[in-house]
Amino acid sequence: MSAEAATIRTNGHEPSYLEYKGKHSGFLGWILSTDHKRIGILYLISLSFFFLVGVIFGFLMRLELISPGRTIMDAQTYNSIFTLHGVIMIFLFVIPGIPAVFGNFVLPILIGAKDVAFPRINLMSWYMYVIGGLLAVVSILLPGGPADTGWTFYIPYSVRTNTNVMLALFAAFTLGFSSILTGLNFVTTVHRLKAPGMGWFKLPLSIWSIYSTAWVQVLATPIIGITLLLVVFERWLGIGVFDPALGGDPVLFQHLFWIYSHPAVYIMILPAMGVVSEIIPVFSRRTIFGYKFIAFSSVAIALLGSLVWAHHMFTVGMSDTGQFIFSLLTMLVAIPSAIKVFNWVATLYKGSIELSTSLLFILAFIFLFTIGGLTGIMQGILTVDIQVHDTSFIVAHFHYVMFGGTGFGFFAALHYWFPKMFGRMYHKKLANTYFWLLFIGFNVLYFPMFIMGWLGMPRRYYDYLPEFHSYHFISTIGSWILVLGLLLMIYNMYHSVRKGKVVTEKNIWGGETLEWQIETPPTHENFSEIPVIETDPYQYKMNEETLDKKEVR
Amino acid sequence: MFDDVSNFVNFFDATFIVTLAVSVFFLVLITFLMIFFVIKYNRKRNPRGSNIHGHMGLEIAWTAIPTIMVLIMFWFGWIGYMDTVTVPENAMPINVSAQMWKWGFEYEDGRKTDTLFIPVSKPVKLILHSNDVNHSFFIPEFRVKKDVFPSYERIVWFIANQTGEFYIACAEYCGMNHSNMYAKVLVLSEENFNNWRIGMNKEESKLLEGITKSN
Repeated sequence: MSAEAATIRTNGHEPSYLEYKGKHSGFLGWILSTDHKRIGILYLISLSFFFLVGVIFGFLMRLELISPGRTIMDAQTYNSIFTLHGVIMIFLFVIPGIPAVFGNFVLPILIGAKDVAFPRINLMSWYMYVIGGLLAVVSILLPGGPADTGWTFYIPYSVRTNTNVMLALFAAFTLGFSSILTGLNFVTTVHRLKAPGMGWFKLPLSIWSIYSTAWVQVLATPIIGITLLLVVFERWLGIGVFDPALGGDPVLFQHLFWIYSHPAVYIMILPAMGVVSEIIPVFSRRTIFGYKFIAFSSVAIALLGSLVWAHHMFTVGMSDTGQFIFSLLTMLVAIPSAIKVFNWVATLYKGSIELSTSLLFILAFIFLFTIGGLTGIMQGILTVDIQVHDTSFIVAHFHYVMFGGTGFGFFAALHYWFPKMFGRMYHKKLANTYFWLLFIGFNVLYFPMFIMGWLGMPRRYYDYLPEFHSYHFISTIGSWILVLGLLLMIYNMYHSVRKGKVVTEKNIWGGETLEWQIETPPTHENFSEIPVIETDPYQYKMNEETLDKKEVR
Repeated sequence: MFDDVSNFVNFFDATFIVTLAVSVFFLVLITFLMIFFVIKYNRKRNPRGSNIHGHMGLEIAWTAIPTIMVLIMFWFGWIGYMDTVTVPENAMPINVSAQMWKWGFEYEDGRKTDTLFIPVSKPVKLILHSNDVNHSFFIPEFRVKKDVFPSYERIVWFIANQTGEFYIACAEYCGMNHSNMYAKVLVLSEENFNNWRIGMNKEESKLLEGITKSN
């Protein structure tokens, strides 16, 4: 969008959002700020904290599993730790993840707005996030012990256990509201605050993803909220909706749980797909291949993804009609994801590719997500699913999608927008080093789980048969490599925010979306004058100019 | 794999191997193209990119071909699944009860064991029931898995094709000792199975033999 660069006249002396002083300053100036950029940074800090907690739990689980029998903890502790790992990673990292941090930071800028539609609600959803997170942490410390139900809270076990399930449920409930409010805010912002001239097909592709995600957040999250409240009432008052001892139906709980929690995996992955669509054209320095197909496949994923929940339940003994429909739709939901992958790879064709750290993470995303997606198709096939359901095959599959996909997408976004956010540059060589550690560690950690799963290693197992020892051992070694990579990344980020090389250049990567046309770091109001959009995103006009010249010669 | 220990193994493993092969093909294709493009079109070698906005033929191809492929895969999965729910009428019924954290088996003649004894090459029908929370009955080598609920009966059936010892695991998380909820399946030759029955209780076994013969 180089054309409108001329229409933006920012005053060079205006302070950046980092230095801006409003009604409050210092710490209060951050935690009471309604600036979408500051809220994005607040989310980044709090999300990183919870991510680290989740990583520590995951690391301890792997350590316990390095050899059969008791290694460092007892079974009850292990069961609580995998529950907390799941609850924290899902509800506090992967679901809010990219929309809350990067969506907040760049969404208004990308559509040429000064802020989101409801800045105060935006701040409130951060507070609900923090309260939900603290409730989850408090549930660990209170007597009774942390919940040991798995993040799925399956009934009747979740009604029978004496651990602090209530607090964990309330935590998830509160976090749900944070998610709904963020979604509501983004839907409204995209509808109401697009800059003049910015039609739907001039939106950057990450906006399409975040917009589709936001709808799912608004429509699906209330279902989990109500369901979790019903579990609270079930435990507290014994209302007998789900508890079979009181005539309730435990399978109904599984349906209601997955009606949200399956679309939730698309809440998790879609924004990462948006990041991929954003970063590939920049480092290929060419226009995106198949804009409309990528845009509409986001919407298709959001729609179809809402209709496949019972593929988590192929072994519960549903009716044959149910098995037929859910298996068929599951196979079809793979298609829009495949379309995206093919279009991304085609965007590399005849580009002028700079292999930056962000692009490395994106290529790793495509590789890992393809493995996750293809194994997802395999699980959609009824016969294969009967064998791999509730085994470590599933654990491997969703870590390939959620960590290899969303996690690596998050890291790519972090390395891509970091200089814009902080006006400083990270250590690039170090970044490439830990990229390889993360990529290799990840595969060593999770790939053996596919093999064990097919051979019959069930998931959520504290102990295992000796025949699985070598796979578990390799997997644990992988976790050490991965954690080493993560520590180096955190060090690089932490160090570079304060001491990295200063960046003042507006457009450090040669991107053509609006965030690269404004100051680095952005000013409080992003644009001193709202831009008028005349062209599509990802034009890369200079490619055509040089081609014309060549032809003349 | 392809060790034909139960009637489901061959078909289940065939669907697995075929889909695995298709998956590996696509993974290799995508990975190869990515690496090839990154090398061939890197900025040093190719300082100017070309703007290609799309290609309708390609879009149709890579929508239609995967759609057809997943529909074929779906169909084979469906056929295999229908086998697992079509229980033969002559299948020998055994009641299976699950509780935290052990399995119990009750045979037609009322005998109870904590190891599952079954005859080779004869269909058996297991009627699953839980006494407390959800469990899942899983014999990995037989490709058999079904969730077990306190409120419903669920049925699995299979034919064991080889004598030997196999294990049953619980595949649905059920609390502290979930990972110790193992039991054994002993697949006996018909002669041994009958001897086992007689050895346990002669009168009841004879009665039972009468019943099985009439089937």
